[in-house]
Amino acid sequence: MSTKRVPPAIEGIVVLLVAVLGISAPLFGSSFFVNFVLTRTLILGIAAASLIFLSAYGGMVSLSQFLIAGVAAFAVGNAVTTSGNGLHLGWNPWLGMVTAIALATIVAVIFGALSSRTTGIYFLMLTMTFSVIGYYFFSQVTTFSGAGGVSGVRPPPVFDKHPSRIYYAALVLSALTYAGFRYVIRSPFGLAMQGVRDDPVRMAALGFNVSLHRTIAFAFAGFVSAIAGVLYVWWNGQIDPKSIAIAPTLSLLIIAVIGGISRLEGAWLGAFTFVAANSYIRLIPLVDKIGITPSRFNTLIGALVVLIMVLSPEGLVGIFSRRPSKQTFKK
Amino acid sequence: MSAEIVSSRASSGTLHKPKRTLASTVSRSVGVAALALVLLWVLIFARGTSAEPAIRNPGEFLVTLLDGLTLAGLLFVVASGFTLIFGLMRTVNMAHGSLFLLSAYVAIDVQQKMVGKARNIEASDVNIASWVLPLFAGAFLAAVVGLFTHFIFLRWNQGQDLRQALLTIGISVILADQMLARFGGLAQKMSWPGAVTHFIKIFGRRYAVSRLFMLALAIVLGFALWFWLNRTRMGMVIRAGVDDQPMVRALGINISLVLAVTFFVGAFLAGIGGVMGASFAGAATGVDGQWLLNSLVVVIIGGLGSIKGAVAGSLLYGIVVSFAASYLPSDYTFYSIILTFALLALVLSVRPQGLFGKAP
Repeated sequence: MSTKRVPPAIEGIVVLLVAVLGISAPLFGSSFFVNFVLTRTLILGIAAASLIFLSAYGGMVSLSQFLIAGVAAFAVGNAVTTSGNGLHLGWNPWLGMVTAIALATIVAVIFGALSSRTTGIYFLMLTMTFSVIGYYFFSQVTTFSGAGGVSGVRPPPVFDKHPSRIYYAALVLSALTYAGFRYVIRSPFGLAMQGVRDDPVRMAALGFNVSLHRTIAFAFAGFVSAIAGVLYVWWNGQIDPKSIAIAPTLSLLIIAVIGGISRLEGAWLGAFTFVAANSYIRLIPLVDKIGITPSRFNTLIGALVVLIMVLSPEGLVGIFSRRPSKQTFKK
Repeated sequence: MSAEIVSSRASSGTLHKPKRTLASTVSRSVGVAALALVLLWVLIFARGTSAEPAIRNPGEFLVTLLDGLTLAGLLFVVASGFTLIFGLMRTVNMAHGSLFLLSAYVAIDVQQKMVGKARNIEASDVNIASWVLPLFAGAFLAAVVGLFTHFIFLRWNQGQDLRQALLTIGISVILADQMLARFGGLAQKMSWPGAVTHFIKIFGRRYAVSRLFMLALAIVLGFALWFWLNRTRMGMVIRAGVDDQPMVRALGINISLVLAVTFFVGAFLAGIGGVMGASFAGAATGVDGQWLLNSLVVVIIGGLGSIKGAVAGSLLYGIVVSFAASYLPSDYTFYSIILTFALLALVLSVRPQGLFGKAP
């Protein structure tokens, strides 16, 4: 295991605290904070968790997670809208959701099968290539989207009543994602997956089908990303190819890196840091005096990534962990 | 070299062998069938495409082929730098596209200064010197930035390939943002020298000499690279370093210098590619990502770390891109990106390590 054991009592307290804060956030937070910063954090966190699940427990640093989320989002957009770009099939939103998640998971199975025979840096390059191809696909193929994207996507009516309902949906799904990944990691499949990460040759000798394990893990992570994609399009109301371009794809990896790429919790921590920095940077006094303006946000983020990679490849979570394991970063 | 290949096969290949052979037999026959179908389509059946079947319109076929070859030339220049750096250092330089774009912007700036106009530069204003000098200025700057990256961020963590990839991703994000601030978001174009901007006739069709010039430049660079790697002492050391770095070090060779020179040359090639690309298609925000993708596709097809693979990958990718644009039915040309994906999928299912790559 690459994670350090935290005493259960402390873990329980932290989980309880986070749950209480999360549930009560709409009571004390401003609408912008809850419905923009926190909701975005949770959605990005789910997608980043799928990336961390794959990299920390499967040894696969995937840059396709954002594309898979995007496929789901575009599928929802095509299925439920009644006019504009795309197929506008005008389906029931729930049917759209199920179809989208199924479709995105199928795409994940294909990508997983294609890349399951590679590892490490090759895997990263390959999944990044898939991502960028996906971006060009949605920008060029006007049947499904075109450069303008699909807009006017309505979430199911149950979310119409109050904006914070999407927030609560994202909160519940984040909790489920976290619990689900923790469960899978401890299951026989998860243990085999970690075995594949550490020594694929030995696992193959023991009779495990290495590429099948990788493909299934990838498909499961893809399923979770697809959920994030559906939530995103419900929350945002539209999806365009720019939001799955190379920069956002990299920013998901950056989120994971900031949070700490070897622990699941890092996903949400990284997402919160990223979104909060993005939203509130201009409020820091005198920050524009030293040349950091909101429009130069990316320079700051890039510098942060470089700094983390130089100092502590485990990210923010790694600072709290006394015995950092460098599993992911060893050759 | 042969020992290396044998040992790497033995360590990672044997256990999968029975399954892999079955899978690869199936995918190999699928590959051959697909190739035959594509050939038949292009030669005979491609009605309703912008190009028409090759037997009816050979000129169009030839022009498309030349387009593919010239694009392959540019792809090779950029990707060979990428693969050179990887081959020796196992560093995947995710900032390769940023170096490409940086060089392009700088070269455009220098050209504008030399010609004395900021906009509407005509090809006739540009003599050979005001193209070649910006070329060297841009490529040199890209190479210096690359060298700087190597010394500050990559030299001390060799072997940690993911950490290096993430470091260079961070650097590429910074570079992209700074270039946006410095050069703006509008597309800019570099002008070819006037001497190469006329057209020649091929089967009654006009063809731009500048594209052929690009191909010639790529061939010259490829030959120089081959000469450097195969006929000079340093090239010998580099090839030895690719196979067994500790041994080269143990023989008393200053490998640090060789690593630095290799990184410099790799980044320099990205820079030359950037200037060629800026003259060919212009420079704009996002071009860095596009060329990182192009380099990745080429090396994934050809095999990481192999110059031969970069040649093969560039040719395949360039030809697929240009034929997809002309030989898909007119209503479906926007699906051409799918063909790139199909090419990748095909190569990967037959050889996961690329055509000329060693098993990882």
